[in-house]
Amino acid sequence: MSRELVSANHAAGWAVILAGRANRRGRGFGSGVYPITPQTECIELLCAHEIEKGQVVRVESEHSAMGVCIGFSTAGLRSFTASSSNGLAYMTENVFAAGYSRLPIVMMAVNRTVGPPWNIWADHGDTLALRDAGWIQFYCEDNQEVGDTTLLAFRLAEDKRVMLPAMVCQDAFILSHTMTPTEIPEQEAVDRFLPPLDLPHRIGAHPRVIGHLDMPHETEAHRAQHAEAMTSVEAVYSEIQESFESHFGRRPPDPIVPYRMEDAEIVLVTMGTTAATARRAVDAAREKGIRAGALRVRLFRPFPAAAIERALRGRRVGVVDRDCSPGSGGILWSEVCSAAPSATLIQNYMIGVGGGDIRPHHITRILDDLGARERAGTPVFMEIG
Amino acid sequence: MAEPLLGGMAQTAADRSEPILRCGNTNCGGCGMSIVHQFLGRAAGDRPVQLVIPTCCAIVAAGPFPWSSYGAPVVATTFASGASVATALAWAAKLNGEKTRVICFAGDGGTFDIGMATVSGAAERNEDILYLCYDNEIYGNTGGQRSSATPRGAATTTTPTGNELAKKDIVGIMAAHRIPYVATVSLAHPDDALRKMRDALDMEGFRFLHVLSPCPTGWKSEPGDGVELIRLAVKSGLYPIYEVFGGRRFVINVEPEMTPGALENYHAKQGRFRKAGIDLSRVREAIADEWDYLRARAAQGAARNA
Ligand code: SF4
Repeated sequence: MSRELVSANHAAGWAVILAGRANRRGRGFGSGVYPITPQTECIELLCAHEIEKGQVVRVESEHSAMGVCIGFSTAGLRSFTASSSNGLAYMTENVFAAGYSRLPIVMMAVNRTVGPPWNIWADHGDTLALRDAGWIQFYCEDNQEVGDTTLLAFRLAEDKRVMLPAMVCQDAFILSHTMTPTEIPEQEAVDRFLPPLDLPHRIGAHPRVIGHLDMPHETEAHRAQHAEAMTSVEAVYSEIQESFESHFGRRPPDPIVPYRMEDAEIVLVTMGTTAATARRAVDAAREKGIRAGALRVRLFRPFPAAAIERALRGRRVGVVDRDCSPGSGGILWSEVCSAAPSATLIQNYMIGVGGGDIRPHHITRILDDLGARERAGTPVFMEIG
Repeated sequence: MAEPLLGGMAQTAADRSEPILRCGNTNCGGCGMSIVHQFLGRAAGDRPVQLVIPTCCAIVAAGPFPWSSYGAPVVATTFASGASVATALAWAAKLNGEKTRVICFAGDGGTFDIGMATVSGAAERNEDILYLCYDNEIYGNTGGQRSSATPRGAATTTTPTGNELAKKDIVGIMAAHRIPYVATVSLAHPDDALRKMRDALDMEGFRFLHVLSPCPTGWKSEPGDGVELIRLAVKSGLYPIYEVFGGRRFVINVEPEMTPGALENYHAKQGRFRKAGIDLSRVREAIADEWDYLRARAAQGAARNA
């Protein structure tokens, strides 16, 4: 284990290089890559390192990047790509194809505003638009978490009880380009943690069609199996947390991460880096005698609805969305509403949409507003100036 | 040159023991793509193959889950992803020391149109793929809309009074990528067709075969006329049969007889040309122009070789 000063892009990149090399004992590693700000450093790192029994194909579009990953994965190889924003939007058709083909591809997605208007800063709308593509989705808070989650995502995705692709999301620039000291594991430890991929439906020499026509009742059955695989993710993930800790000495965070929740009356629900700012604002509120708490949603698909329901019982809730679904409101908010106990006061605050810097005093304003509310109103945009 | 019997070929000892496309598939009667598969099965012999088929009639032909009309492993892909998925299968075989030949089997929609960037990318990277485009000059799978492979004058459901635009020169485009091998394949010239398919299967790098594929449903022609139509297309010079090595050396494989009446017959036998009232003198001009170009390129190639 070595401690390096790296950006989250490189933390993810190192995890992929190690995971790719680990499958030299299996059918190898393959990746299709295409640049887009702010994920490019990740694939540059990948392209600069030799991976035994591995191939990185520099393709002509994001759509083909995922096409290549689909091909590698179908042939039983470990596979990875990275993308962001409009790149993800362009890739979308094949993101769905990978999901519905139950291919355990891992993708690192840097959350960036979808244009136009063109904007390279953090916004969760790009990956949230892919929430129905059948992928597992994690949203990370710091560089260590990005690296660790990328690594464990392979184990989770490739577990026979799961067999689903996984997306590891992180906030543009706030993480992608910010260097922090990060533990990079040794190859031998990764080799022990990550068994070779054995894809049950891989294409081989036998006549069969992968991805063919389905009648309605069969598609329904396939979707039901897919949904069922999603429901096993949380249990498998908790096993992986244990295993990860025993191999690397640190425990990856739970699907939801509470902060000062024990006696909290008002709670802010966040995703990604906003959680760190929310903690600061909660501390400040506590000093003023306000019983505030925060809850970070780390696993968005499958949505940990039962855990969220338990966590929000009897609280007044503010959901902080760094995204906007026009005509509805924050996407995290609508998901939290579906999981929270009925009659919970849940107010939606859309803030930092398009990447504006969310500061502690912005979150304090949200806490003040939430504390003063008798009932929830329509979702509000919080201007951050 | 020998021509196929009964408009197709019977299974013989020379063929792949398991046909690539089995009986009982859902192709229309007289579909040229069925004949392409018969040729491919004979050409492939016992080579291990994997097929990548982007959205087109050829994937509908596979039939619904859990059956498969294909006697070979097939990966069905999204419309524009044939060449990208095939790229990965070829690398996967190489990394694992497998002899599998990866064949991307796509229609004109997936090649000339929506898949163009993907095909160009894979060709530019010289991926180890045999890319076979069976070109029925129409979106057949969706019921017969114009593609950029549709010839001028053909009526389609989206050009009901006849297509006004000329067919895209896909062979020229692929040759411009300077890939190892590009060839046109005539279903009416089985010796030449099989030789090209075998050569292309054995070569390394990106190889592109273009096969004009009769589509009775879209061409409004008799199902039994398919091979005859291709013969007429070749005889009239409308479908030049040639190959290009490395994007530079052009070799003409079949000299068109320019038989009187061949061009008239080719058009008269297809309902799709009847509506627009096609101007054959214009078609003749285009054919003459194309042959001038091809002969000049072939002569250059011969001179360089001498
Ligand atoms: S529509 Fe044309 S290409 Fe498609 S199966 Fe029928 S004849 Fe063949």
